Amino acid sequence: MKSLLRGLAPALVAVVAAALVLQPLPSVTQAAPALQGGTVNVYSARHYDTDDALFDGFTAQTGIPVNVIRGTEDELLERIKAEGANSPADVLITVDAGRLWKAQEAGIFQPIVSEMLNTRIPANLREPEGHWFGIAMRARIIAYAKDRVDPAQLSTYEALADPMWQGKILIRSSSHPYNQSLVGSLIEANGLDATQEWAKGMAANLARSPQGGDTDQLMGVVSGVGDLAVSNTYYVARLRNSSKPEEQAAGQALGVFFPNQAPGERGTHVNVSGGGVIKTAPNRENAVAFLEYLTGDEAQQKLANASFEFPAVEGVQPHPILAEMGPFKRDTLNAKTFGSNNQLALLIMNRAGWR
Amino acid sequence: MNVEESVLRSTPPRSANGGVTALRAWPTSPARPFAWGASSSPAWPAAPADEPRAGRGTGAVRAWRLPSARPLPWIGLLLALVVSIPVLTVLRSLALPADGLWLELLALTLPRYLANTLGLLAGVGMGVLLVGVSTAWLVTVCRFPGSRVFEWVLILPMAMPAYLLAYTYGDLLQYPGPVQTALRGWLGLGRGAYWFPEIRSLGGAIVVMTAVLYPYVYLLARAAFLEQSVCALEASRTLGRGPWRSFLSVALPLARPSIAAGLALVMMEALADFGTVKHFEVDTFTTGIYLSWFGMGSPIGAAKLAAGLLLFVLAVIGLERLSRGQRRYHQTTARYRPLRPFRLDGWKAVIAVVVCTVPILVGFAVPGGRLLGLAVMAGDQRFGAAFVGLARNSLLLAVGASMIAIVLALLVAYGLRLVPSRLMRLTAWVSTLGYTVPGSVIAVGVLLPFGALDNGVDAWMRATFGISTGLLLSGTIFALLFAYVVRFLALSFNSVEAGLGRVTPSMDGAARTLGQGPLGVLRRVHLPLLRGSLLTGALLVFVDTLKELPATLIIRPFNFDTLAVRVYLLASDERLSEAATAALTIVAVGIVPVIVLSLAIARSRPGQTGIDG
Repeated sequence: MKSLLRGLAPALVAVVAAALVLQPLPSVTQAAPALQGGTVNVYSARHYDTDDALFDGFTAQTGIPVNVIRGTEDELLERIKAEGANSPADVLITVDAGRLWKAQEAGIFQPIVSEMLNTRIPANLREPEGHWFGIAMRARIIAYAKDRVDPAQLSTYEALADPMWQGKILIRSSSHPYNQSLVGSLIEANGLDATQEWAKGMAANLARSPQGGDTDQLMGVVSGVGDLAVSNTYYVARLRNSSKPEEQAAGQALGVFFPNQAPGERGTHVNVSGGGVIKTAPNRENAVAFLEYLTGDEAQQKLANASFEFPAVEGVQPHPILAEMGPFKRDTLNAKTFGSNNQLALLIMNRAGWR
Repeated sequence: MNVEESVLRSTPPRSANGGVTALRAWPTSPARPFAWGASSSPAWPAAPADEPRAGRGTGAVRAWRLPSARPLPWIGLLLALVVSIPVLTVLRSLALPADGLWLELLALTLPRYLANTLGLLAGVGMGVLLVGVSTAWLVTVCRFPGSRVFEWVLILPMAMPAYLLAYTYGDLLQYPGPVQTALRGWLGLGRGAYWFPEIRSLGGAIVVMTAVLYPYVYLLARAAFLEQSVCALEASRTLGRGPWRSFLSVALPLARPSIAAGLALVMMEALADFGTVKHFEVDTFTTGIYLSWFGMGSPIGAAKLAAGLLLFVLAVIGLERLSRGQRRYHQTTARYRPLRPFRLDGWKAVIAVVVCTVPILVGFAVPGGRLLGLAVMAGDQRFGAAFVGLARNSLLLAVGASMIAIVLALLVAYGLRLVPSRLMRLTAWVSTLGYTVPGSVIAVGVLLPFGALDNGVDAWMRATFGISTGLLLSGTIFALLFAYVVRFLALSFNSVEAGLGRVTPSMDGAARTLGQGPLGVLRRVHLPLLRGSLLTGALLVFVDTLKELPATLIIRPFNFDTLAVRVYLLASDERLSEAATAALTIVAVGIVPVIVLSLAIARSRPGQTGIDG
């Protein structure tokens, strides 16, 4: 017994000490923010340290403290659903229109009418009734090996299914929302059957069974596994801005091609990071103020630069590395439409054998 | 006849567990550690109403022990039920119909999930057996240069989270990583001019998981080898068996239950893993669960797959029990002397050193060194100020979860020992299933009932008193600790149950005959005997909580970060060098208990420590 105590006593002391140290933390009394009026509670799927500075800026401007839970997108949604009517959540910030649409379908957002949000954010980057608003945007581009591919050979997403690219294309798994949203936009543009055919062509053109994220596809092109990679713009920007010489060189070896730019074409597929106000938000006014703050010029700049995304608000300059990729025509299909096609897109890709 | 005896007789234990089988003799022994009173209890309808007063002779003793002993099994049962809620929440949707889209996706993807999952289990299973058993045997019964050091260093990979190893090796061995870059530099080769194994593959996942999971088998196998009576081995040698034959025909079969238990833990851990397989893009059952739930929006589909996973684990464990059959492995004598080790020298010693070094290199030294390098070169600039808070949060959670898990395991295991009924056994089993279910799924299984409870209480309070209580438990540290216990109870419960199995009824009887009351037996016999098991269980939960990510990420309160969360937020953003600082801290904090555990087990060998009283 004595020796048992000897073994466990330090642990006991530690837990008591830890509990004492922790006591002054507000986090223990987590339920409190839901009942107070002076805060805004943000559930965020963005993981950038610079976002903290952004939130501090909001507090400095309005005096409203920001409480944050960062997590993975889908699980944050499940948490808000489980917390139900008493959820302390005011704002959900997540990435990809498919996820925003899913959250809307789950009924966790409330429609917001805000003059400022509606004028600042282009119509196709927000949900028509104000359930959610895009705060930054990324384009899904074709990256090519500058030394092996003539950009004149490239034209549209549709043309990627052409047999001329057999064994040359790198793209990530169909299980990722970025691809589901892209294919969702193709379904809207060309119909189900044509998209199914396209997916088959893509699957036949893959240089390898999809593995890794967008960065891995880019590095695959650099290392010669394939010639083309489908990627979001910020992954290329990150390589070019890297402090590692190897990655910088890789970023420079890659060309960026914005597909579907020809006159009469619909433009390059763009997706959003965005957020909405929770239906049961205990601090609704603060939540709206918070979203409005995020669309301010300075906040847009910081927000977009942190992740190498394009600012959602027109007239705010993107990071120089993005700006040098050149201006491009955006597909103005509403994010809600391709977002709602995500499940169908997943099925279509899997039917084609695109894992 | 006493109430308890009648109940125990009416429900003969049917488990293959040695400890429970031993209970058969228990009711007839004159002195029992715990006994229900002579008065008939409403909880036991089978009790004869005309209770003989045979036990009244010791009535004075019983009077003071009644309150503590009687509710014990029921408390255990109740707690096990509560811990089972999240798993049951996940399984509940099994009965609901699945939608067509999900079924089609399943038909398209299931063969791949199945092939990869089986491949992973087979690979990791063989890997951990080879590495775990061979190293355990070498350091326990052989002496070679450094064997004493290897004894505890071999546990170090336990402090490494699998996802961290995946990130590190993915970074080290990818094309633009330092290894291939250096290779290209030395050989002057260009792209595509040489072959290099792809780390992001099933093979890569098997290597990484074997490297971090073999310590489970190593620990349990080593404990079994240490406990084996030296007589069995000496008899084997006297009969002309060499070291190899002794190992294969005597030591290995005797250690089989322990090795199987370690292997079962490894299998469960491998099945529940998501971080590694996701990073390496290996589609397993877990991937299917995630894709069903979050990709297809079909929690029902996810639950069906999770149920399939559970049935699979059940089948594997059942098969092992079946093949073990009615064989029992008990020590024939209690005479323990220090093992006379086999001395290895020359090339044999070299092989032994290599066998013990490789797993440490792969599972600890190389990734740890890489992280250290990254942390020193770049590191997390913001980490310094945040460190104290992060480490405190991590430690608080880990210590809290391990204490709760061990007390709970003790209650459930004692309940099971006292009332080894089918219901008890089933509940105990279900309560430990959380270890097989991926962390995120368990997390959602925790969120749902807490949300329902909080909102129910709130609605009732509003209706009755007009007061809103809001969310009382959701998003608190309590909910988080509960999730850890749900997830890791298997670790503490298995340790405690194994420990209780070693306490034979005759020990209780002897202690009672020598005048000890039931509490005295508990204090002077059971607790000292269980000390090693309790420590093992608590420390396993401690280390796993420290590393746990998905549940922490999603259940934690506002503005509450831990070391693992910090690592994830940075590493998921492909900022590995910044994540390295927090990652190293997890490893550093995890190493301490790992070493303590190792020393405690070494001390707990029978014959080396007396039972103090």
